[in-house]
Order: sequence, then structure tokens, then C-alpha cells
Amino acid sequence: MSVLAPLAALGRVVLSGFATLGRIAIFAGETISHLLRPPFYPKEFLAALMQIGWFSLPVVGMTALFTGGALALQIYAGGARFSAEAVVPSIVAIGMVRELGPVLGGLMVAARVASSIAAEIGTMKVTEQIDALTTLSTNPMKYLTVPRVLAATLAVPVLVAVGDSIGIFGGYLVGVNRLGFNPATYLKNTREFLEAWDIISGLWKGAAFGFIVALMGCYYGMNSGRGAQGVGRATKAAVVAASVLILATNYILTEVFFSA
Amino acid sequence: MIELQGVHKAFGKNRVLRGIDLTIPSGESMVIIGGSGTGKSVLLKCILGLVHPDSGTILLDGEDVETAARDAFLARFGMLFQGGALFDSLPVWQNVAFRLLRGSLKRPKAEAREIAIEKLRRVGLKPETADLLPAELSGGMQKRVGLARAIAADPEIIFFDEPTTGLDPIMAGVINELIREIVTEMGATAMTITHDMSSVRAIADRVAMLHDGVIQWTGPIKEMDTTADPYVQQFIHGRAEGPIEAVR
Repeated sequence: MSVLAPLAALGRVVLSGFATLGRIAIFAGETISHLLRPPFYPKEFLAALMQIGWFSLPVVGMTALFTGGALALQIYAGGARFSAEAVVPSIVAIGMVRELGPVLGGLMVAARVASSIAAEIGTMKVTEQIDALTTLSTNPMKYLTVPRVLAATLAVPVLVAVGDSIGIFGGYLVGVNRLGFNPATYLKNTREFLEAWDIISGLWKGAAFGFIVALMGCYYGMNSGRGAQGVGRATKAAVVAASVLILATNYILTEVFFSA
Repeated sequence: MIELQGVHKAFGKNRVLRGIDLTIPSGESMVIIGGSGTGKSVLLKCILGLVHPDSGTILLDGEDVETAARDAFLARFGMLFQGGALFDSLPVWQNVAFRLLRGSLKRPKAEAREIAIEKLRRVGLKPETADLLPAELSGGMQKRVGLARAIAADPEIIFFDEPTTGLDPIMAGVINELIREIVTEMGATAMTITHDMSSVRAIADRVAMLHDGVIQWTGPIKEMDTTADPYVQQFIHGRAEGPIEAVR
């Protein structure tokens, strides 16, 4: 084996990674381009909105509730080291709306939605339903991808807003019932230190994460390999790619929104 | 008329089509035979534009299919897929009337449903089937629904991809008869790919044998049994010995 073999293998992995990124970028560009041109499929959009938005509410709500509660406990315990227990309400609120609400909401939606979109479209591909759509004069990008991407981009910010509220409520429940905060003081501190941009930036993040989740589901579904194994791989790849991209995008957006 | 001239298609190193020359006259039923994996489906998908050939020309009534206006081009076709390819989330009637519910052929919903039920009746299914989901149907019924969908918009050209695969011999016979009747009564040009010889005898006006990426033989169905072509003889009699290498 040549001494350069490991380098060559590394090079192949890097090149393949860049090629995939390029294909995803082209796919995203095509999706946006189809988003702006008719025909539109409002029924498919509404169905996707229900699937992605409404049916994700329980999982996002539960995640936010427990995260808000745990956050209150952690900040209280950590703050006690330098007598800063009073900051619990404001840090819970800021932490939820800026970071934890959008990121955890995005990750939960990625687990639930990217997988189901990839599995559904992947199965359609292996059973020739996508070819059938084309022969029936229906562009699969317009019929399958655009409604899902648009629905996720609009639904996830709403889910984030609901998740933020439930998360702050979770912190309130723990703060008042477990840590002995006065309810009125807790609410006053939450309101006082929370700025509009904290909330709006989180919603923008939610929109970006929604776009990523649906795009990854559609991309990997459309490029699914043959058979059950191919669909399984596509589903796994969609969730992994969506999760990693959400975390990377979160860092970039945080830099853009909050860097001094 | 569909004309294929020197069509080549490769997937990586696998050269599936190596220069296909074939003419399918209007109103005729052409059946392409050949073993599994010889590129029959790829050939059909090349004509529909689902797969783009590496080289060669495909003409439909003298117009290059690669440059034809896509919607108008596809509106002339109907296709029955091997596995039916019915949309799981839609009831049967919406599968059949898919083309009539959207796009340039859009009709009012009630009219589209009426046409769908009429087409279902034409393929021997009762109107009660219309509101079922594809998963609630047997394999034979799914094929019939696929056939109804293929003819829903009265296409000029109909493609049948392995129409009897997975069916018992009686149901296969029923589907073959239906295809023959429908193609004759619609006056459509039909192209069927199959390796089921009972389908070939029931459906074909002309037969073409695809092997090694080229058309080895083509001729009228009545000449198929008497041709001296060794590929055709081996294939139609199912012999293991002959020029077609049998993988054991």
C-alpha cells in the first residue's frame, strides 16, 4: 500500500463532501426558483402545514416544558455560587427564546419531520411514484418539495414561539413551586429583561431551521437508493444532515445577530 | 410515429443501450422483449424523458423529444408502471383522475370523478372501488387502476411496463385482453415491455427483441415463431442453450 493511500482516501472523503454540498446547494436553488413560479399546489401545502406544524406541537411543547424547568434549576444552582439566584427568570427567558427554543425545537422537528419526509419521498421514488408524477405532467419538485419546504419554513417559527412560551412557563413552574420565587416577581423579571430582538432573532432562526429540515428530507428522499435499505439510508442521512446543519447555522446566525 | 436512432445510454461503466434503432408506427402495438436487465425499462424511460440518453435521437412525429415542449409532449402519453405506482395517499378515483384535477387538462372535480369512475368501469372495476385507498386493493386490482389512470386522459400513446408481472396466469390473461381491447378501441400507439410470452402473443402487432443493448430482431408477431433468429428462438422457447448467456 502506498504511503499516500491514507491521504488519497481523505481527499476522496473531502471531495465527496464538497460534491454533496454542491448538489444540496443546487437543489435548494431549484426549490427556491420553483417556489416563485406557478403552478402552485395549495392543498399539498396545507397538508404539509398540518403534518409539520400542528402534529409537531406536542413533541416541541414537551421538550420546551422540561428544558425550561431544567434550565431554571441549573441557573439557580449555578447562580447560588456567586449569589445571583435572582437572575433565574431573565436567563431562562433569554436562554429559551435566543437559543434553546429554536435549536431544540429545530432538532425535534428534524427528528420527526426530516425522517418522515425522506422516508415518504424515498418510498415514492423506489416504487416509481415520482416517475409516475412526471408522466402525469406534474413536476415532482413543485408537487412534493416546494409545499413541504414552504410549510416547514413558515411552521417552525410558530412552533418556536409556542415552544418559547411553554419553556418560560416550565421555568416559571419550577421557579415558583420548587425554588420559592414570588410569582409576580418572576413574571416581572422575565418581562423586564427580555427584548423584542431576542424573540425575533429566535423566530428567524426557526424559519432557517424549518427550511433546512424540509430541504434535507426532500433532498435525501429524492436521491434515495433502491429498496428498503436505500430508503433507510436516506432517512438516516436526512436526520443527521438536518441536525448538523441546524447546529452550524445556529452558530452562524448567532454570530450575525449578536456579535458586537 | 416514434423513431429511435442510435440511442446510447450508460450508467457508469454499464453500457445499457448501445445504439438502438427502432420505429414504432402510429396506431401499432409494439412489444419489446428481452431478458431481465437488458435495458427495456431504460429504453422506455428514455422516450418519456425520465432518463436522458447519452447520444442518439428520439423523434415523436418528427419532433425531437429532448426539445419538445414538455407538458404538451407528456399530455400525449399514458403509462402503466410495473408496480402500478399508485399514489398511496390518494383514493383510487383521484389516482385515476390525477391529470384531470390539475394542470392544462384540469376539469371540475365532479366531472373528473365521473370520468374516473367510467374508466374504472372500463377496466372491470366497480364504482365502489373509487373511494378505496390503493393499499386496500389486490395486486390485480392495482394493475387495473394503473391501467385506468393510463387511459384517463385518452392519450395517443400508451406505454406498458411489464403489465403482468406478479399476477397469476388468469389475472395476467385478463390484463392482456384489456390492454388489447383498449389499444384497439382507442386507436392508440402502444409500446409494451415484457418477458411474458403470453402478453406478447395477446398484445403485439410487432415485436422487437432487445439484447446486448441493441435491437437483435424486429418483425410482425406472426413472423416471431418462424424467424431463424437464434436470439428470438432461444428467448421464446425459454432454452438455456443458445447465444444468450444464461447466468446460473
